[in-house]
Amino acid sequence: MNHEAELRLEAAKLISRRWFFRDCGVGLGSLALASLLRDERLLAGTPPAANEDPLVPKLPHFAAKAKRVIYLFMAGAPSQLDLFDFKPTLVKYDGHPVPAELVKDQRYAFIRPDANLFASPLKFSRHGRSGAEISEVLPHLAEVVDDIAIVKSMNTDAFNHAPAQILMNTGSTQFGRPCMGSWVTYGLGSESRSLPGFVVLSSAGGTSGGASNFGSGFLPTVYQGVPFRRSGDPILSLTNPAGVTPKLQRDSLDALKELNQHHLGATGDPEIATRINSFEMAFRMQTSAPELMDLGKESPATLAMYGAQPGKSSFANNCLLARRLIERGVRFVQLYHEAWDHHSEVVQGVRDQCGQTDRPAAALIKDLKQRGLLEDTLVIWGGEFGRTPMVETNEAAGRKMGRDHHPQAFTMWFAGGGIRPGITLGRTDDFGFHTVEDPVHVHDLHATLMRLLGFEHTRLTYRFQGRDFRLTDVSGELVPKLMA
Amino acid sequence: MRVFAGSALIAGLCLAAPAAVRAADPDLSLLPPAVATPVDFVRDVEPILAKNCYSCHGPDRQKADLRWDVKGIALKGTDHGPVILPGNSAGSRMIQLVAALQPDAVMPAKGERLTTAQVALLRGWIDQGAAWPDGRDPVSYTARRNHWAFKGPARPALPTVRDAHWVRNPIDQFVLARLEKENLHPSPEADGTTLIRRLSLDLTGLPPTLAAVDEFLADNRPDAYERLVDRLLASPHYGERWARHWLDAARYADTNGYEKDLPRSIWPYRDWVIAAFNRDLPFDQFTIEQLAGDLLPNATPEQRTATGFHRNTMVNEEGGIDPEEFRVSAILNRVETTGKAFLGLTINCAQCHAHKYDPISQKEFYQFYAFLNNDDEPMMEVVSPSLAARRQEIQSQIAALEADLPTQDPGFAGRREAWEKDMQALSVNWTELDPEAFFGAVGTKFEKLADHSLLATGSSPPVSTYSVTVKTPLSGITGFRLETIADPNLPRNGPGRAPNGNFVLTSFGVDAISPDGQVTNHVVFQSATADLSQSEFSITNAINPHGDNKHGWAIDGGPGRLNEDRRAVFVTSDKVGFPAGTTLQFTLKQLYGGEHTIGRFRLSATTVADHPLKADPLTPALRLAVDLPAAQRTPAQSQALAGFFRQQDPGSAAVNEKIAHLLEQWRTGDTTLVLAARPEPRVTRIFNRGDFRSPTAAVTPEVPAFLPPLPTNAPRNRLTFARWLVDGRNPLTARVAVNRFWQAYFGRGLVLTAEDFGTQGDPPSHPELLDWLASEFMARGWSMKALTRLVVTSATYRQSSQVSSELYALDQYNRLLARGPRVRVEAEVVRDIALAASGLLSDKIGGPGVYPPIPDGVLSLAYGAPMKWEVSKGEDRYRRGMYTFWKRTAPYPSLTVFDAPNADTACVRRVMSDTPLQALTTLNDAVFHEAAQALALRVCRQGGATERERVIYAFRLCTGRLPDADELHRLLDLVQTQEAYFSERTTAAITVAVADQKNLPTEMNLHRLAAWTLAARVLLNLDETITKE
Repeated sequence: MNHEAELRLEAAKLISRRWFFRDCGVGLGSLALASLLRDERLLAGTPPAANEDPLVPKLPHFAAKAKRVIYLFMAGAPSQLDLFDFKPTLVKYDGHPVPAELVKDQRYAFIRPDANLFASPLKFSRHGRSGAEISEVLPHLAEVVDDIAIVKSMNTDAFNHAPAQILMNTGSTQFGRPCMGSWVTYGLGSESRSLPGFVVLSSAGGTSGGASNFGSGFLPTVYQGVPFRRSGDPILSLTNPAGVTPKLQRDSLDALKELNQHHLGATGDPEIATRINSFEMAFRMQTSAPELMDLGKESPATLAMYGAQPGKSSFANNCLLARRLIERGVRFVQLYHEAWDHHSEVVQGVRDQCGQTDRPAAALIKDLKQRGLLEDTLVIWGGEFGRTPMVETNEAAGRKMGRDHHPQAFTMWFAGGGIRPGITLGRTDDFGFHTVEDPVHVHDLHATLMRLLGFEHTRLTYRFQGRDFRLTDVSGELVPKLMA
Repeated sequence: MRVFAGSALIAGLCLAAPAAVRAADPDLSLLPPAVATPVDFVRDVEPILAKNCYSCHGPDRQKADLRWDVKGIALKGTDHGPVILPGNSAGSRMIQLVAALQPDAVMPAKGERLTTAQVALLRGWIDQGAAWPDGRDPVSYTARRNHWAFKGPARPALPTVRDAHWVRNPIDQFVLARLEKENLHPSPEADGTTLIRRLSLDLTGLPPTLAAVDEFLADNRPDAYERLVDRLLASPHYGERWARHWLDAARYADTNGYEKDLPRSIWPYRDWVIAAFNRDLPFDQFTIEQLAGDLLPNATPEQRTATGFHRNTMVNEEGGIDPEEFRVSAILNRVETTGKAFLGLTINCAQCHAHKYDPISQKEFYQFYAFLNNDDEPMMEVVSPSLAARRQEIQSQIAALEADLPTQDPGFAGRREAWEKDMQALSVNWTELDPEAFFGAVGTKFEKLADHSLLATGSSPPVSTYSVTVKTPLSGITGFRLETIADPNLPRNGPGRAPNGNFVLTSFGVDAISPDGQVTNHVVFQSATADLSQSEFSITNAINPHGDNKHGWAIDGGPGRLNEDRRAVFVTSDKVGFPAGTTLQFTLKQLYGGEHTIGRFRLSATTVADHPLKADPLTPALRLAVDLPAAQRTPAQSQALAGFFRQQDPGSAAVNEKIAHLLEQWRTGDTTLVLAARPEPRVTRIFNRGDFRSPTAAVTPEVPAFLPPLPTNAPRNRLTFARWLVDGRNPLTARVAVNRFWQAYFGRGLVLTAEDFGTQGDPPSHPELLDWLASEFMARGWSMKALTRLVVTSATYRQSSQVSSELYALDQYNRLLARGPRVRVEAEVVRDIALAASGLLSDKIGGPGVYPPIPDGVLSLAYGAPMKWEVSKGEDRYRRGMYTFWKRTAPYPSLTVFDAPNADTACVRRVMSDTPLQALTTLNDAVFHEAAQALALRVCRQGGATERERVIYAFRLCTGRLPDADELHRLLDLVQTQEAYFSERTTAAITVAVADQKNLPTEMNLHRLAAWTLAARVLLNLDETITKE
């Protein structure tokens, strides 16, 4: 039996239409007649038939190393030079003008092209068996460096926040393309039938890219990220109107279901069956989401490890929630922490933000590992670009000792899900300005991450406007050194 | 002979270069001799071309727009002339290149050189006449050109049908002919209630009132249906309904997008669209006004407002951007939108390389782009008729007062003459300084204009400091002049960048540097004057900075006197400059905040020493006038001078006071965003790989060659382009338009891919019907109401949408049209139905966006401090969904959840989803629960004396029809059980049923009201309620 046939068989076993009908409470009849199991639909990248649950789990092209994703999006762009990319040469030339040949033809957002170099005053030291060199403001990450892969040679095309965030998420600086979370849920569906397949959590500020960061672009809206709120109901309209008890809600939903079923009989339109399903899933969501959000069920040790506090809104709580979400079958969880745009006082800035994010991010790695989830959960940490080796100082704006936008080189780290642990990949030049070894463009990163999720990135496509679109657009080279 | 390293690019350029510019003529004696035996193209030549030339000049790439696999193109040559001269191989550019006569002009540019034998063969072929048999062009190329949609729609003959009495109009004949071919029958006509609800939702986006249903059902006239159609087409809500469809394509939104995503005012454009549909502006005119209304002769303000269509692109105001990057991005979006909305072409696919599937080269893409690349982007004041009348009144009163001055005041003429002499004496020669380097702190970026002024573009920071460096031969400088200049690209024309066009210059400084850079003199000023300083913002603040950033020079001179050119002059204490030339370093600090920075300015210097130096009170135009002898002035110039003089004339104080009083009543109007052609067109260049940082060859505006040409003598501008779009010969525009009407009425277009009529698009289900409709649309003068009437009065449209499982299995998507449409309504209509059924809906049309209740936390997903969203009061709380303020980065959730497009790009086809989040929205969202409460109240008050009557009433309000026995029974059961529950729980009942618990409804059984609130909620959530059947 060939590989593809095998996959199909397995897929068919997992999720036959019979399963769908039985568990989703829809009667057979006209619906079943409409589209009986057509197993090619179970493979990724085939659009669901009408009336088929578009989030039904699907198999990727290859056996996947990663089955789900937690993406810690450090929006605003953290300073790689103060966190990961230590440069002795910068220390030597601290305060001197940047060499002219280095900045020839480069664009800047705010600084003058002849700004002075600025060495990080933070201490760097080596950790773990891998000897990864990181900054003193990441003491917790230092404990898990052997589980992560640090890539110091990231580069991107955009140097303003909104387009760069959109590029990092969708593979294009143009708005209107689906983000990675949408592609992954489109390709893999979701294992959860009581929570959205793609959930977005946020701490700190709202993001520059806004809702388009987790938008589904031209993919059906069912694949867009569902932002959970920080307080109140996580999902909009999750709670019944005041006074409507679960019992009353059930009475209403029963009446609604019967009336809709009655009308299905009269019109014969199976779309009505789909709507009946939606109401039933909404009802399940009303139970499962509050249970999910209740961090009080976690042990004090776990809470302490993350620094999470039930009832509060924080990056720490979001990291813990992310673990709870993926445990419940959610495919893609993206955490936004928009707080890293340090045009001024970058050292204090990264110190403060690491104070909020270092412990929980490291705890997430530890926690996933101890639960055996790290193996097939891909964890991503990073911003939309990096920051300049030159200082940004500007009296007019009250800015001093900051760093400007820098798309030429920045650092991200990855863990789990088929990532080669304990490595530091790529190198920048002596000033930290350009990548000089193993450059990884955003498209290359996307290609590689999709590969870990079991996709040939050129084959997970969606036809729109007469063209097959994909996350990596027309580019993307795998980074084998990053893969275990 | 050595092949020049890296010769690919150079050789490519040479091929394209005209013979005249080549350095030296090649030595033709070096050519290998041509073969003398007969050469056959297919046997001998084509294999050489395929192996050596196609990779750069073939199906995938067409360097220099040349391809060797297509006869017509190869024989025609490039822009610079033929590459083959039949009969003259030695003179043919192709031979000279492949023979490598010159080391820097060799083909192939990459790969192996041609052998001597191959060159000899090619020479022989050319010398023998370059015979090239027809039919060798690749299928992919010819098929693209012969694609059905690229050929003009012929008006097809009506097909014959067997069941002719079913046919109501020609549409039905086409549909029925196809059904008969498939051995299918049309469905019976839908019942009257279904028809009126379907029609009302389709033509007005609103459900019919019960009175309208009853009236229609009682109308026994044979043309009752057609009368209903006419009533609905005459409803002002028709314009709203179709405006919303169109606004999807126009990517309408109320904010600028990107990180800052600030609000914009462009709703007058939306109002224009609504009105255009309501007055049935023909589609050709509708198109022309939106694309080029400003260029029409004697363009009206409405026609200018229409050009807001292309101002719906996003604007990036993030700090530190390169403004050109996002200007280009907006133009690219305009190209894409034009392609999608009017032509059904994915022309944007040719931004980086030739279109993979349709015959559009990259050059053609940028030629298309060039039509849209020549505009300023002003904010235009929209003056309502009443405001215009009021202003006219003020102006004529002022004019009358001014006209009376010389007669009322005998001294006036004399004082004016004396003043004119003073003014003439003030004339000073200024030397404009050409900025060599300029930098704006906090991310300001400048465009240097031809008049040496600098225009600040892109993001507008709250504060900034401008550094400008100039080199000048002047020495002995006695003063500097700063002109701030109004510009259509600035808010309200500027000249500042604050929302009202003001600025605050907190300090003005100059350093003079010697040519060797060794000496830097800080310039000290003795005085500063301005032609106008705002009260408490004197120009002297700029040379005596207070250091608190709260003082400086600003220019708000009161009503009607802000958005004008202003001038400041700074007189130096000592002469400035070095005999060998001087570098001047200007520093303009603008630290007041709130974007009070200068938008456009120019610097000048003077060496005048024997003359008082002051800011010229006169604008350049008045300066011109005053320097002319009185007899040579035009009447307008004289009047302008008189008007200006009396403002400074102490003798006219009484009149000035009256006029000032009048001007206090001057009001500014709303604004909208429009296009205005630049006087000097921009040069458009092809971007290598689509990257704006890699501009290559310049192109001029032109339309793609596979479509009909532009009129030869017409100017290559937006107006010509817009007229070309709606020229009857254009094969796409009418088809694309009628398809979208069809899509709106049937849920799917005859061409499913409404956005793509190219070779990759979906083929039409009924090609003849599509062509007939397109031809009929044009024949009826592009009347959109006539088109709608035609479609909705067809028997095809009037069919029942009930479907048997057999038919469903055969034709799930109803492409054969053997039944009527059954489609979930759009996001806005979901809201409108709930508000209409409950009686809350406002029928107010037009105006700015409104703010219905929004869930907490939504706005904080957008960057920065959450936008203020003060929930609208009164009827604005209950406006139709299309008026909800659309914030791009945090769009209104109950609309997005029902698939409203996000407005980042044009959308001509909404994809409909069905999700649990939708269910949660209509069940629990505050707006929908408020509707349920209001519906319950309406039912309990007006629904009749018995529960049975009330169920029927409520059911009809939501679905239009009567419930059947089962439905009635189920709902009665629900109301009764819920009422029983609440009868023992009055507090719970009040909580459920009443929003404002301090104002309980009077004379009302609250237990019943609570039960009905839940029943109303069920009814509003029925699939049928939010479905067009």
